[in-house]
Amino acid sequence: MLLQVVDLHVYYDSIHALQGVSMDVDRGEVVTLIGANGAGKSTTLRAISRLIPTRSGRILLDGQDLLGMPAHAVAEHGISHVPEGRRVFPQMTVRENLLLGAYTRFQKARVDRALETVYGHFPVLRERRGQLAGTLSGGEQQMLAMGRGLMSEPRILLLDEPSMGLAPILVEQIYQIIREISREGATILLVEQNAHMALSVAQRGYVLETGRIVLAGRAKDLAANQAVQEAYLGGAAGS
Amino acid sequence: MEQLLSQIINGVQVGTIYALIALGYTMVYGIVKLINFAHGDLIMVGSYVAYLSIVHYQVPFPAAFLLAMLVCGSLGVLMDRIAYKPLRARPRLYALITAMGVSLFLEHGARNLPFIGPSFRRFPDVFPTQNYVLTGSVTVTNIQLFNVAVAVALMALLQYVIKYTRVGMAMRAASQDPDAARLMGINVDRVIATTFAIGGMLAGAAGVLLAVAYPRLSPYMGIVPGLKAFVAAVFGGIGSIPGAMVGGLIMGVVETLATAVYSQVAEGVFFVILIAVLLFRPAGLLGQPTVEKA
Repeated sequence: MLLQVVDLHVYYDSIHALQGVSMDVDRGEVVTLIGANGAGKSTTLRAISRLIPTRSGRILLDGQDLLGMPAHAVAEHGISHVPEGRRVFPQMTVRENLLLGAYTRFQKARVDRALETVYGHFPVLRERRGQLAGTLSGGEQQMLAMGRGLMSEPRILLLDEPSMGLAPILVEQIYQIIREISREGATILLVEQNAHMALSVAQRGYVLETGRIVLAGRAKDLAANQAVQEAYLGGAAGS
Repeated sequence: MEQLLSQIINGVQVGTIYALIALGYTMVYGIVKLINFAHGDLIMVGSYVAYLSIVHYQVPFPAAFLLAMLVCGSLGVLMDRIAYKPLRARPRLYALITAMGVSLFLEHGARNLPFIGPSFRRFPDVFPTQNYVLTGSVTVTNIQLFNVAVAVALMALLQYVIKYTRVGMAMRAASQDPDAARLMGINVDRVIATTFAIGGMLAGAAGVLLAVAYPRLSPYMGIVPGLKAFVAAVFGGIGSIPGAMVGGLIMGVVETLATAVYSQVAEGVFFVILIAVLLFRPAGLLGQPTVEKA
């Protein structure tokens, strides 16, 4: 297993936000974490990238425990977190944002190659490379955030709500790219409220409910599961 | 006309010094959202470091200048480490009040050090004053030229670092979104320390330049220029680096002109401008309007 989360507990003050979450992601897999608003999906990602403290549990990357590390060290170890709400650096150009994605990489040749790869996936970013990120549209910002996340050639990409606030056509486009980078061998942990889209690209999935994993399995099986359909796919089986 | 021109030359000299100081306020504010009220006292420390090393240890002026920058840079980092960093997670008011305490500590600390003391010291003449006639009665001194040249060079260097280096990119990223910067692998604590170091170095340089232009040192000499530079930073847009440069320059010129017209009100003009900015354009000339987070 590339990433293993074991019995993770997180508190926000007195609120027990994650109540023993365990999950894993294997190399080359796309795994999705779905659930309602406030279930703890983003919290799980933020705990993995060490943006928030955990009470107990273990987070292992290739067997190495990340719990004692500050966030910047986790990024250096190859976890790339594309946060909810894009969080691009608004006063910096598209190109600068991308270069910051490769902040932990020092070989110029590798950074240049990564930049070319990202421009290949997102041609619009090449066109807008000199533009301030804050002036991009929501869809373009999402692409920039994902491109920035790929710049470090991470071992695993954590994607938090890449479809949030986007028009359906853009959602389709973003997911097309997720499929593309997955085909190229990327490992992805995808958090989504849009369970339908998420289950369509993932091989496996976990369903999170108020801080607990209530269901886990192959994406196909989850998509066919009656409870999942009623709760997250907004319809009955076969519709 | 000629009178006006010489006043403007004077103003530019003071203005570039204010700009150097204002940069420290604005850079620190940009990243930790703290008005470091002890920043002005680094001016005093810088000029005393240069004074003592020149007068007591016969250190050549350029070395004394660099030493002042280094000491002030280190003191900036130390200030943050001891006084502000432990309060980072607390409400901002805690650090603000602490900054006032640090300021008093530095002023009274200096006053009680035997080799500084409460009385005025005269900064040595580092080079004999020369006057160059520009036109008619308008002259410029070599000291003015030196001060402006050094200040502009330092600001150009800073601008280069901020814009084109890895450290500068990290500083900008951390000031725009610290958490996102962490996700990029940026060690934000180290970036903050670097910011205090750079701000301190610029204040140290400003202290020496100020001492060269106005060679009267006292433990409290940093208060007034510090305050004026703070106003300049707010005027330019707190958090904005170009804003601090422009703000410092404008305030320097405005101050000298106001002094020339009616010296009694010169200092007041600063605060009239501050109030006007806060009333009509709270983000300052080049600042980004922001929404205050709880």
